Amino acid sequence: MRATIFALSLAGAMASMGSAQAATDINFWHSMQGALGDRVNALVDEFNKSQSDYVIHAVYKGTYGESMNAGIAAFRGGNAPDILQVFEVGTATMMYAKGAIQPIQEMSEKAGDPINPDDFLGAVASYYSSPDGKLVSMPFNSSTPVFYYNKDAFKKAGLDTEKPPKTWEEVAEAGKKLRAAGLECGYTTSWPAWIQLETFGAWHNTPYATKDNGFGGLDARLDINKPLYVRHMTFLANMSKEGTFTYGGRGDAPNALFTSGKCGMFTGSSGNRANIIKTGKFEFGTSTLPYYSDVKGAPQNTIIGGASLWVFAKKSPEVYKGVTKFFKFISSPEKAAEWHQGTGYVPVTKAGFELTQKSGFYEKNPGSDVAVKQLDATTTKNSRGIRLGYLPQIRDIEDGEMERIFAGTTTPQAGLETMVKRGNELLERFEKSAK
Amino acid sequence: MEKRVVFSHKTLPYLLLAPQLAITIVFFFLPAGQAMWQSFRLEDPFGLSSQFVGLANFAELFANPDYVNSFKVTAYFSILVAVLGLTISLLLAVMADRVIRGAAVYKTLLIWPYAVATAVAGVLWLFLFSPSVGILAVYLVEAGIAWNPRLDGADAMALVVLASVWKQISYNFLFFLAGLQAIPRSLIEAAAIDGAGPGRRFWTIVFPLLSPTTFFLLVVNVIYAFFDTFAIIDIMTQGGPGTSTSILVYKVYNAGFKGLDIGSSAAQSVILMIIVILLTVAQFRYIDRKVNY
Repeated sequence: MRATIFALSLAGAMASMGSAQAATDINFWHSMQGALGDRVNALVDEFNKSQSDYVIHAVYKGTYGESMNAGIAAFRGGNAPDILQVFEVGTATMMYAKGAIQPIQEMSEKAGDPINPDDFLGAVASYYSSPDGKLVSMPFNSSTPVFYYNKDAFKKAGLDTEKPPKTWEEVAEAGKKLRAAGLECGYTTSWPAWIQLETFGAWHNTPYATKDNGFGGLDARLDINKPLYVRHMTFLANMSKEGTFTYGGRGDAPNALFTSGKCGMFTGSSGNRANIIKTGKFEFGTSTLPYYSDVKGAPQNTIIGGASLWVFAKKSPEVYKGVTKFFKFISSPEKAAEWHQGTGYVPVTKAGFELTQKSGFYEKNPGSDVAVKQLDATTTKNSRGIRLGYLPQIRDIEDGEMERIFAGTTTPQAGLETMVKRGNELLERFEKSAK
Repeated sequence: MEKRVVFSHKTLPYLLLAPQLAITIVFFFLPAGQAMWQSFRLEDPFGLSSQFVGLANFAELFANPDYVNSFKVTAYFSILVAVLGLTISLLLAVMADRVIRGAAVYKTLLIWPYAVATAVAGVLWLFLFSPSVGILAVYLVEAGIAWNPRLDGADAMALVVLASVWKQISYNFLFFLAGLQAIPRSLIEAAAIDGAGPGRRFWTIVFPLLSPTTFFLLVVNVIYAFFDTFAIIDIMTQGGPGTSTSILVYKVYNAGFKGLDIGSSAAQSVILMIIVILLTVAQFRYIDRKVNY
């Protein structure tokens, strides 16, 4: 199926190449598979048909990790693609590769068609901006953690289905009631490091790392051995002991606990929405992430996951013109809104959000605007995002230590200290390697 | 009198060797050499800046308690996989060897798992034993066993060992079965006439005669546990909970492909290479002598 569509789009691309001989070829490597891949191909096809000067060749290069490895290997071999989709944790690695990448705002300005960072949602633009506020990569598919709850289970436990828990204390209370009503699990979370540490810090306007979470320089170090993080880890460890929180594993593994109806509450990516609708045999609601109400500045804004589009350096001005045109095309209000409504990712531009609002999409799909609202804020230095090298490995360390904390084999304080120590060793290494 | 075959042609032997040598050089010596070169360097992923750091990559590794702990985890894991894998397949092979009716069916069924990709084996066992969703996990919990490989390191280790052993049994079984069938019937019959029971016949005749096979399989299984089980770890536990299933080869992948830290990853591969060389040399030098060919 996918092969057919690929073949068709290839055929389409070749046909348009034939009609316009001077067309500039632009290679675009991405990691969108299945239905998402079809959407990318459709988007690219539409762009190719809309004009005759440039032809984008979209190629699926495996998972985020695989395509990033492929892109870097290609660069080392002198054959880098023009556009590479890179997941958010790879941002620091890409950004510090100064001679390898072409910052996109600068590129668009040179091409005479500037991309304006103010057009994008605050928390989206800030994640991919340089310290001076210029976009370095093109926001494309962004998601953010939200809170899902099972309305059927809430009803059974005598909880108000229209008033989901707002604070962590309320989550614990609801968890007890859900368990008392016979549910196997109260609350679970996917992506522990992303949601319970990175986003937790931003949401509570508390630093995750020094130097403005790494935006201020390579000498940033983890800052999560602080009281608020200790408090949260202690809170979750207690819930785990009581049986109101069930640790479900790393990454997306815990999703099944919620979609199968075992867990009544779940924090996961806003991108899970379509899947929950498809697999969950229950009514569910979406709400904002829980927070501690006594923390000043909470809730601030959440941070994003997903990926952005990077442009490689040392390409011809013609290529950069085409890439700019393509980026303008995908960030136009219509396309951004279409992408958001069709995929479950947030609309990366404000105009895309407004257009979706006007179309009445949110009335028909209640809860799908939670993610956008969490991101649509003026970010602070603690909530702009995370800009640290070796972040995928740091997350592994954090997930591992959280597992020890939740199992009770280490204390929250000791676990967080280990994360900081191991994480900082990696950060020091990254600093040395990037010099 | 000269018994060897002597080639009169001078270049022919080299020509005949060339394809094998080319493959060894391209797929082994060049990458291994490159890994050694990179293990002494600190480099950013794009290769934009690269500096010679001497043995710093190695020093950092051995100063890291997680890495040192990974040796213990790997040793524990490999011993479990090799011992369990060999014992179970030998038992199955001995039993299959005795079966007269429907032997082909048994043998085929036992060889089947070998056709399953390692990653698929991981997914399969993960489904069966995934807490609260997996069929077998539900039975375990109903039986009163607190089964939770997501948080309990011992459970996670049991799970990855189970999947790794299951995957390797077919291979071991095939070799053991062939080994058993090569043992002359007359020896066993003679022993039987002398009054040796089945147990005694096995330990004094069959097992010693099987020792070349067992020895070969031991080497293969240890190497399998060291390298080929990567997919199982990656799919089932990602080295967790904590670092309880984080074996050395998984750490190489983690540093190289997840962290794009080529220097550290290369240093770890060099260490792995040294371990395997040492293990193989030790096995051939000391154990080989006692093996009865």
